[in-house]
Amino acid sequence: MKAKIHVYLKPGVLDPQGAAVAGALHNMGYDEVASVRQGKLIELDLTGDDVEAARVRVDEMCAKLLSNPVIESYSIELE
Amino acid sequence: MKSAVIVFPGSNCDRDAHDAIQGVTGTAPAMVWHQETALPEGTQFVMIPGGFSYGDYLRCGAMASHSAIMPAIIAHAATGAPILGVCNGFQILTECGLLPGALMRNAQLKFICEETPITVANTNTRFTSRYTPNAKLMIPIAHHDGNYFADTETLIRIENEGQVVFRYGANPNGSANDIAGLVNEQGNVLGMMPHPERAVDAKHGGTDGLALFESLLGSA
Repeated sequence: MKAKIHVYLKPGVLDPQGAAVAGALHNMGYDEVASVRQGKLIELDLTGDDVEAARVRVDEMCAKLLSNPVIESYSIELE
Repeated sequence: MKSAVIVFPGSNCDRDAHDAIQGVTGTAPAMVWHQETALPEGTQFVMIPGGFSYGDYLRCGAMASHSAIMPAIIAHAATGAPILGVCNGFQILTECGLLPGALMRNAQLKFICEETPITVANTNTRFTSRYTPNAKLMIPIAHHDGNYFADTETLIRIENEGQVVFRYGANPNGSANDIAGLVNEQGNVLGMMPHPERAVDAKHGGTDGLALFESLLGSA
């Protein structure tokens, strides 16, 4: 089973890297870009096939290590 | 006072911390590898030095904050013992929850390594009692992720409680409220981005960091 975890900055947390990417896209002529937020995609290869048990464990991993709840949110996809 | 300096893979200010502590106390601190699970018997002061623990992977300080030694440090903090985290040490203290907020990428996205003016915002702490109120210091900074962030509610709380101990004179990294260093609610855990251990000898170019170690370790 694979877990895909998206980690992104919470709304209201300034994202200087996203702002720099938006600036570069504007310089390239992509004026339709209103804003950019940059996050992370983390993929886990998991053993076992109990999806619900995996979701509980991965959620715990996100809360403890993979994200920082002060500045980040996350979502989990299992497949 | 018996001291310990924690050493992680990637720490690079551990020797400076060692020398600063030894210079003020006359006694060498224990150098404690992060895979130990206990602090040496009788340890009082613990310093978490700067560096790039675990290569700053994932988030600065994230992996180090789950090292084997950390439960012992968290338990030690709960006894009221003094703990100082500098730079990466500050990042580790926020990641493990001993200090509020987080250190994010510098607003200008640059690694900054320079002498920086900071002001002592609170002299009523065990770390700053030997400074004069609002003293202006020159202390080096050297970081890529020192942009202090906390939600508005937290900022209001730490300001009202006097937990902000150091502020930048000219904000170099985008930190909220110019915060360069803060203590926990109990006042025994200090995290700061500037490096006081790099300003304790005239050969460093200045000694403005010395009074911090003297406040805490009580000599000179």
